[in-house]
Amino acid sequence: MFDAVARNLPFLIGGFGVTLQLTFCALGGGIALGMLVGLGRISRKAWVYQPVTVYVNLIRNVPLILVIFWFYFVMPIIAGRPLNPFLSAVISFIIFEATYFGEIFRAGYQSISKDLVNAAYSTGLTYSQTARYILIPIAFRRLLPSLITQSIVTFQDTSLAFVIGLQEFVRRTSIVDNLEVRSIQLFSFVAIVFFIFCFIGSKISRHFEEKGRKTGVL
Amino acid sequence: MGFAYDFDWGVLWRQPYGMWLLQGIWLTLKIGFLGWIIALFLGILIGTLRVTPWRWLRFVSTAYTEVFRNVPFLVQLFFWYYAGPMIFGENLGRQINQIVGLNYYMAIFALGMYTASRVAEHMRAGFASISRDQYQAVLSTGMTHSQMYRYVIIPYALRIILPPLTTEFLTIFKNSSIAMTIGVAEITFMSYRIDAETFHGLEATTGAMFIYLVLGLTVVRVMGIIESKFKIPGMIGR
Amino acid sequence: MIEINNISKWFGDFRVLTDINEVIDRGKTVVICGPSGSGKSTLLRCVNGLEPYQEGEIIVDGISLSDPQTNLYKLRQKIGMVFQRFELYPHMPVLRNITLAPMKVLKKSRQEAEKKAMALLERVGIPEKAGEYPANLSGGQQQRVAIARSLAMEPDYMMFDEPTSALDPEMINEVLEVMIDLSKEGMTMIVVTHEMGFAREVADEIIFMDEGRIIERGTDEEFFKNPKSKRTKAFLSQILV
Repeated sequence: MFDAVARNLPFLIGGFGVTLQLTFCALGGGIALGMLVGLGRISRKAWVYQPVTVYVNLIRNVPLILVIFWFYFVMPIIAGRPLNPFLSAVISFIIFEATYFGEIFRAGYQSISKDLVNAAYSTGLTYSQTARYILIPIAFRRLLPSLITQSIVTFQDTSLAFVIGLQEFVRRTSIVDNLEVRSIQLFSFVAIVFFIFCFIGSKISRHFEEKGRKTGVL
Repeated sequence: MGFAYDFDWGVLWRQPYGMWLLQGIWLTLKIGFLGWIIALFLGILIGTLRVTPWRWLRFVSTAYTEVFRNVPFLVQLFFWYYAGPMIFGENLGRQINQIVGLNYYMAIFALGMYTASRVAEHMRAGFASISRDQYQAVLSTGMTHSQMYRYVIIPYALRIILPPLTTEFLTIFKNSSIAMTIGVAEITFMSYRIDAETFHGLEATTGAMFIYLVLGLTVVRVMGIIESKFKIPGMIGR
Repeated sequence: MIEINNISKWFGDFRVLTDINEVIDRGKTVVICGPSGSGKSTLLRCVNGLEPYQEGEIIVDGISLSDPQTNLYKLRQKIGMVFQRFELYPHMPVLRNITLAPMKVLKKSRQEAEKKAMALLERVGIPEKAGEYPANLSGGQQQRVAIARSLAMEPDYMMFDEPTSALDPEMINEVLEVMIDLSKEGMTMIVVTHEMGFAREVADEIIFMDEGRIIERGTDEEFFKNPKSKRTKAFLSQILV
């Protein structure tokens, strides 16, 4: 029943590999940048808060596809030469997803009572020391379920790199579909693969949520 | 280092490009709204099924939500558009594929189905936040379950979840851009088309970003007005 | 010595502190009491630079807090603070809670810091809890760890913001005992509290604040036996049974 899939399996799996690579790069950069964006959103200094807020609000109102295109057009101008689609996609995703991760981190930072930060300051720790040893680690633990959920969203979003020709999972499937025209099989296959990964991911997230509630970190 | 690029912002309003963008905006609005209507009706229905006493109905609702949430929207769109017609068999499938504007209808359908699953989740949260005592109070006046849901619980839950619903309404307009991959001539498609003709994709996409921004702000403003009209007095919130 | 000179602080129309004056010599223990909202906690936070003030000056050992050159981080190494809700770092074991600042700020080695930390835990009576996470300790134990954490920086001054208000009654004493010992050993302390037994035992001066002002001050004798102001009398009659 899935003969078209079986015939082209290596090609399709290769595409899935690209999807995974893209996901990991996007997550690495997006979470790291997101931690900083979150700090920027709770900053009391206007010269930090204003630009970060503009950036977050801009990106969150705009479709991801458009952001991908925009970077695809912008990067060659800045770099002086055309960029390979993978790099362009990674940059777009990092910039885009960082706003969502940033809001998650912001909620985490804000959930930490002001006095806990004050207690750290009272022992002489500087702002960056407090952020590094107290704010970020605690926020991370509390936010693990949300971070996993947003990571699943990022994983799904990578399919949009399709539009700049990146040979990821969905594009490869549609290439095969053009050849074989076994659309039901092929697109069911893609859907099932995504479903399995995302479903397991959300169960893991639920597990951490329960665990966090029990150990009192949440 | 000099920019080897001359900006041409005129692509945004010179004809025919300006007209293209306007047509794109119109299409975005159409598929967004129509998709939203489907999403609301279907979403409320499925969200309500989740809390019925019949196990298999609950299962249907849960399954629907899980499937539509765990598959990327692009994949769903492709599935309906490419694989969908085939479901009806070779002959009928071929006929369906001949329909003019199939991509347009499919985009609305796919958007509606996808967003419905999200609306259903919000409904579930809304129901859960209504206290058990409230349910019991309604039942104790002699109403049946379905009357209770129809006249009290569903309207109540809808008001509670207005803020997340606003976000979903915004999201549906953003997701409408994905329809460009099946050739629907909405805003993002048009900006890409302008680039194909003029090679000034940067200006075109920047203009498109601005359009989406304005659209987003308008939606928030309008939903804010609706929220204030329907707000429940005494509830915590803005 | 800490000098508090004419301190005033306001948020828009709301005056949190008005014209606060006080001198705290080394070795002195000052207790501040008053109804909630009287500005006591805010005053403490002004002294170690956690909250800014609009008028007046606070001078700690000759260094003025208003001076833009002043390094507030260094200043806070000298002034320890204990909070109502303990505010231990929930993601670190007790020992690390205490050794974090000495290692990162005072640049002590791990052995040095841990040795000192264990000695402090002994002093507050719970050395066996060194490896535990704060969530597994009782309130009284957590607060004692918090005190040890502040002491690990070898401060010249210690401030306490209602340290026992969040504790169940049976745990209040274990914390007060540590504080009393500290005071008797000569630590300079500013304590915001309703525990009048503590005040009677070790306070050199008691200050009553209301609505952002100092209404009355005196030694414990004067304060309890002869309160001068009507408001002080009213307050005392409410908290002393």
